[in-house]
Amino acid sequence: MRLLSTEHLTREFGGVIAVNDVSFNVEKGLVTGLIGPNGAGKTTLFNQITGVDKPTRGNIIFDGQDITGFPAWKVSRLGIARTFQNIRLYKELTVVENVMTGLHFKVGKDPFHGRFLQALKSYAFAQRENREVYGKAMEWLRFFDLDSHAQDFARSLPYGMQRELEIARALAADPKLLFLDEPAAGMNPAETEHLMEVVDKIRSLGVTVVLIEHDMKLVMNICDQITVLNFGTKIAEGTPQAIKQDKAVIEAYLGKEEE
Amino acid sequence: MATLTLYIQYIVNGLTLGAIYSLIALGYTMVYGILKFINFAHGDILMVGAFIGLIVYEALLGTSTSPVWMMAAFFIAMIVSMVLSALLGMFIERVAYKPLRNANRLAPLLSAIGVSFILSNGAAWIFGTQSRRFPYPFDNTPITFGGISITPHQILMLVVSVVMMVLLAFFVNKTRMGKAMRATSLDQPTSALMGINVNRVISLTFAIGSALAAVGGILAAFDFRVYPSMGTMTGLKAFVAAVIGGIGSIPGAMIGGILLGILEAVGAPLLHIPNGLKDTVAFAVLIIVLLLRPEGILGKNEREKV
Repeated sequence: MRLLSTEHLTREFGGVIAVNDVSFNVEKGLVTGLIGPNGAGKTTLFNQITGVDKPTRGNIIFDGQDITGFPAWKVSRLGIARTFQNIRLYKELTVVENVMTGLHFKVGKDPFHGRFLQALKSYAFAQRENREVYGKAMEWLRFFDLDSHAQDFARSLPYGMQRELEIARALAADPKLLFLDEPAAGMNPAETEHLMEVVDKIRSLGVTVVLIEHDMKLVMNICDQITVLNFGTKIAEGTPQAIKQDKAVIEAYLGKEEE
Repeated sequence: MATLTLYIQYIVNGLTLGAIYSLIALGYTMVYGILKFINFAHGDILMVGAFIGLIVYEALLGTSTSPVWMMAAFFIAMIVSMVLSALLGMFIERVAYKPLRNANRLAPLLSAIGVSFILSNGAAWIFGTQSRRFPYPFDNTPITFGGISITPHQILMLVVSVVMMVLLAFFVNKTRMGKAMRATSLDQPTSALMGINVNRVISLTFAIGSALAAVGGILAAFDFRVYPSMGTMTGLKAFVAAVIGGIGSIPGAMIGGILLGILEAVGAPLLHIPNGLKDTVAFAVLIIVLLLRPEGILGKNEREKV
């Protein structure tokens, strides 16, 4: 089943065409890899889909709904979560508080409606809700083996753990689709190994994952589907096996073979 | 002994005046916390709030002299003024600040100064420049115990300010909207990704700040009368209060306001500063704070992000 598709998505920055007429699909329940040399337009494509930036042309269909040009907060409420290449945590909050922010503004819950009135009615309600949210946040931390750091400040965690915390927070919002932008960047081999287990666990939760990654071992091991971009254009898509042998992909990465 | 009583009296006076500074300082600090800019039109919203309050109060009162209706009319006028000022604050944000959100940091600041002039000159145009008296809705005979006197007006200032601040603290700390607001002040783009409608949070911040300023304006109007430039000095002092407390910090604004009120009320007689020059105290305090602890009492020592 198709969860997300882009149709002729294009993003121009002045004369530069960062994403050029890209149509690609994400199947529900699978891990899709988005690869390509630096500057291929991978992050730009993520930004269009998650509402961080608006496309110049083309459409984005998520779960049967056209979400082209939706602001980031709306996209997030619909069930698309993401992490960033450069980590975006609330650095001054503790680890558990970061996950709590993900839970507070969960999918389908508008902080401006419904429970707010209840919250005004009773102080006890807010307290109870806080406890609930705290408990759930701790569960997520256990899922990621981060529970022993729950009370540490997010900024004090080692790099690899900060990345995982960002993923934990994104998952806490109960998304249908999770975008990971270079989750293994800057990780040591042991951390990368752990990350692969984490992505496997996420898949087992039934969350669809799209990830940008340069670590080919990781991509080939965990992705079910791979889409390859080069200079903003989609040049190949298929299973890891097919991609490994694709001529255009090999050329994009290694250059053309001399005759 | 007599001097001690006198100074306790000064402190009481300072406390009540300081409560007003706190109310107004909250608007500066909340906006700064989220947008990192000083809304210099805030003082003029206070003035508009006072005018609206006065007009509604007089219209409601008519020729009635019933003490109960006077109080009721006063509170209705205050609430109407809060609502209208909140709308005005949201409107100003929408037209004068929002389009400049990604502009140079100086741009919204200049825009705020422009809005300030528009409001005060607009008021002068509509209402004239002469000051109007805001009549007390009650008999303002001071109550005296142990040589210290407190007027019903001072009690009103204190009670209304404390109630407003408790409500605000509850809102910010215990409701989901308040949480959204705190999250937004920590990190705007991240909060948008967490599903927080940042634009709405900003609108709400202006609404709350402006409503509190209206209350401050009305409460101050009994002493200072109502006139188009009344927001300038009171607004500036509330800004000083916000800086003393640590701009961006809500409890800081509350503490800063009270502290400034007391310093002003005690400092002027202590240093034999003539009445007409007593505003110097507030600004001397500002300079001292900026020199010794620029982040304020409760402010975080934020380094400029690169």
